[in-house]
Amino acid sequence: MSAVIGIGSSPKRKEDARFVRGKGTYVADIKRPHMLAGVFLRSEHAHANLKSIDVSKALAQPGVKAVYTGEDMKADDVGGLPVGWGITDKNGDPMKEPPHPPIAQGKVRYVGDAVAFVVAQTVEQAEAAAELIEVEYEVLPAIVGLVDALRPDAPQLYDEVENNLCADWDLGDAAAVDAAFAQAAHVASIELVNNRLIGNPLEPRAAIGEFEYATGQYTLWTTSQFPHVVRLLMGEMVLHIPQHKLRVVAPDVGGGFGVKQFHYAEEAVVTWAAGKLGRPVKWVAQRSEGFVSDAHGRDHVTEAELALDEDGKFLAMRVKTLANMGAYLSTFGPNIPTNLYAPLLSGVYTIPSIYCEVKCVFTNTVPVDAYRGAGRPEATFVVERLVDMAAREMGIDKIDIRKRNMIPKEAYPYQTPVIVEYDSGDPLGCLERAEELADVAGFEARRAEAASRGKYRGLGISTYIEACGLAPSRLAGQLGARGGLYESATVRVHPSGVVTVLIGTHNHGQGHETTFAQIVSDRLGVPFEDIDIVFGDTDKVQFGMGTYGSRSLVVGGAALSHASDKVILKGRKIAAHQLEASLEDIVFENGEFSVAGTDRKKSFQEIAGAAYVPFDFPLETLEPGLEEQAYYDPVNFTYPGGAHFAEVEIDPDTGIVTLERYTAVDDVGTIINPMIVEGQLQGGIVQGIGQALFEHGVYDNASGQLLAGSFMDYCMPRADNFPQLKIEPHSTQCAHTPMGVKGCGECGTIGSPAAIISAVVDALKPLGVAHVDMPASPNHIWNIIRNAPAPIAAE
Amino acid sequence: MRSFNYHKPDTVDGVVSLLAGNENASVIAGGMTLLPTMKQRLAAPDDLVDISGVAGLAGVSMDGDMLVIGAMTRHADVAESEIVREKLPALAKLASRIGDQQVRHRGTIGGSISNNDPAADYPAAVLGLNAEIVTDKRTIPADEFFVAMFETALEPGEIVTAIRFPLPELAAYAKFPNPASRYAMAGVFVAKTGDGVRVAVTGAGPGVFRASDIEAALAESFDAGALDRISIDASELMSDIHADNEYRAHLVMVMARRAVGMALDAG
Repeated sequence: MSAVIGIGSSPKRKEDARFVRGKGTYVADIKRPHMLAGVFLRSEHAHANLKSIDVSKALAQPGVKAVYTGEDMKADDVGGLPVGWGITDKNGDPMKEPPHPPIAQGKVRYVGDAVAFVVAQTVEQAEAAAELIEVEYEVLPAIVGLVDALRPDAPQLYDEVENNLCADWDLGDAAAVDAAFAQAAHVASIELVNNRLIGNPLEPRAAIGEFEYATGQYTLWTTSQFPHVVRLLMGEMVLHIPQHKLRVVAPDVGGGFGVKQFHYAEEAVVTWAAGKLGRPVKWVAQRSEGFVSDAHGRDHVTEAELALDEDGKFLAMRVKTLANMGAYLSTFGPNIPTNLYAPLLSGVYTIPSIYCEVKCVFTNTVPVDAYRGAGRPEATFVVERLVDMAAREMGIDKIDIRKRNMIPKEAYPYQTPVIVEYDSGDPLGCLERAEELADVAGFEARRAEAASRGKYRGLGISTYIEACGLAPSRLAGQLGARGGLYESATVRVHPSGVVTVLIGTHNHGQGHETTFAQIVSDRLGVPFEDIDIVFGDTDKVQFGMGTYGSRSLVVGGAALSHASDKVILKGRKIAAHQLEASLEDIVFENGEFSVAGTDRKKSFQEIAGAAYVPFDFPLETLEPGLEEQAYYDPVNFTYPGGAHFAEVEIDPDTGIVTLERYTAVDDVGTIINPMIVEGQLQGGIVQGIGQALFEHGVYDNASGQLLAGSFMDYCMPRADNFPQLKIEPHSTQCAHTPMGVKGCGECGTIGSPAAIISAVVDALKPLGVAHVDMPASPNHIWNIIRNAPAPIAAE
Repeated sequence: MRSFNYHKPDTVDGVVSLLAGNENASVIAGGMTLLPTMKQRLAAPDDLVDISGVAGLAGVSMDGDMLVIGAMTRHADVAESEIVREKLPALAKLASRIGDQQVRHRGTIGGSISNNDPAADYPAAVLGLNAEIVTDKRTIPADEFFVAMFETALEPGEIVTAIRFPLPELAAYAKFPNPASRYAMAGVFVAKTGDGVRVAVTGAGPGVFRASDIEAALAESFDAGALDRISIDASELMSDIHADNEYRAHLVMVMARRAVGMALDAG
């Protein structure tokens, strides 16, 4: 088969040909000549001074080449891990940004903090030697809870950070909000927790460092979502390696979900150690090591209030959030609960004024950073729980109160009171279609039928909006970003007309090799099979900011679209010369350049050939070759959104919540590959439901030990937890992206947690329950049922 | 994982002689617990004695009125055995819900009961059915076999060769799985025989145990309603991030009622 497969088709994924055969190349698969194995010794204490580290016994073990500590790195002038986004305290001061050494220096601050790095011939030798390192810890009291960490008598993580407070940040007009609340007919309020999550991509993190004396060239292979950014951050800030002497390769990566979009200590340590030893050094995380060294997600405590008039119209919202940073600032840590959170608090509603305060807090836990959705699920959860609460208290139907307050389709572009301007959307259209698809009208009959079986059934709803397609660089810069957020693509047309695309985004499960090939196939009329997508290698790809924040198609796809346009323009110039017509008369359609109104034409392949064999070519005005590049900096975020309905049943005997139905209607803009989009939505929804029902990164308050530190205790969602999901697009075109796309990677995790909890609360309505914290685990629900004032009686 | 010597003898005598006097030797059957523990460097035997090559250790048969299951019989084979499904369907169903596909095709009944994980399923069946554990040296009644968490009556170097199950009149196993691990958070095996009623509980306490109050109530009247006024003492039960001891105590009663209902339905 050799055909154009364009936008709107669902071909099988190109990349699956290697994945389903087990022929992917992951970092752990890579073997370099004379490669050594590295193992980290990690702190078993949450908070302790490092009195001494004796590595002599470990060094004497067979096969051991080196044992490095934080002091060794300090002696080599290795820098701390940088933060990619700074925020400003509401008093105008920059956030507190204490040093983050790749291996701890003087003090460990969480269970899992690196204490030493052992390099040996084999992993087994390194593991055995690591057990013989003698560390003298002076154990200090640990603090893991957000509320407790701010108390004046709390253990202090840093001498230079008073009260463990990184920054007290705010957004919005506090005075306007106060005034609106003073006049409100009703104020709904809620206190809630957004539970800590651990991403657990299928492939654990891994890194290999290599150094060539002859050229002074370093190479890092790493499980990263953004190799160019790692090169920038690690090269410039940590190891002081010039950009042209550092190659970063992120080959096949087995899932990211945000967990792999940070510059991690291990990347710097293996690269530095490779330079010291002159041999490649490989580290592959154990699964249990991932639990205590991959950045975690969420972990907020929030108080929020919504002011309403007597008709249930929203007047103002006030939100106070404590956000856990963990023990150190991860690459985007402080940006997530601030800039990616507060600007989303308007949801899909007209809320005249909003004020949000966020305190970013250090605790003795694994650093917290972006995890699929990153700030936007947290914001949606606050908004939607508040709206449910208001509906309940005012006796208004929860669907109706949403409709009363939704931004009408004709009001777009819509400027919110919290920075962002939504370009397009149709929240009411999404909601009405979802209502139909979910058969909301038939719900009460299903509830009654469940009651006849002794089960509580509940219907939940969530609407949501997200800001993605990160990001307009200038705006991001004003908000504290320390780098640009554009994307780049090169379209390299070979002499035979086949195409290689070099793009700065990174494919780690999203199907980019397929989606991007469809865009090029569509634009250039080149057969789908004649297009390959190359990514993940700083020596191949010009530059790129990588994949996160649902940006790949929105920003990378736009760059690709623009680069394709440049190829077409150059092709038209060549064709104009060959067909002896003026440029204006050359049209490009279906892979052919033709003179308008005539049958004179040249195929794309003929023009490609002419570009590389330029005998009949306008050499005086045009360079040979057919390769074009574009950098695209978005003019705004994109704003996918939608409406989700969940239906659950609760078994009052055991407290177990069973998801019976799930319906999602999402506005993701133009859809390139419907199959891939549905997969992205499914995956996101399932992950969001994981947060709502199962997942919880629980720490022991006293010891600071991670209690949910393995799959025995950290509950991942599984296929048998889910019914078939009903997913349908309801798209409006994005007003400012070249193809009208909006992004879809994070929709599910943003929309679903609130829908599930809304359903759980609805199911427990007979017991007078107003809110249930996540995850709605069986024990948690049973306790709520048991402590309910009224005896259990299904309606 | 630390390095070790691997042995694969083909007779029970061969196994016994490799284990004799070697404190740092470990038997491996399916390896579903031992291998992960070794990977985490929590277990580090010098010698690993694989008993999967010993002839006659796997298989299901009837010996008079007793159902005999060889120690090396995999969970999936118990679940799918025509004999077990006919003679002791409760056990086949229990086996079909242990762990996951992979575990069921590797893990063995002998390995499970020898490990005596406090949340494993098989110990509840063995204790609830008053089975006999046959070793290379002797036969041990179930009531004496399970000593404490991860501890059995097996002596050093002694291995289980088979388990002999008397056939009950009615039996069923109900479990509430831990949402994360899917081990039993409360698993109750109920069996009614000519000698009375036995009820064994796994997952809730520090080891499998018989619930005497439940047994007494069911001996009087074998129906779920007989348990309405019975409760179980939470203070002896475990608490963790998934279930506190009161919830476990409650779940034991719910599972007991469900097991009785299932046993009656099947009967």
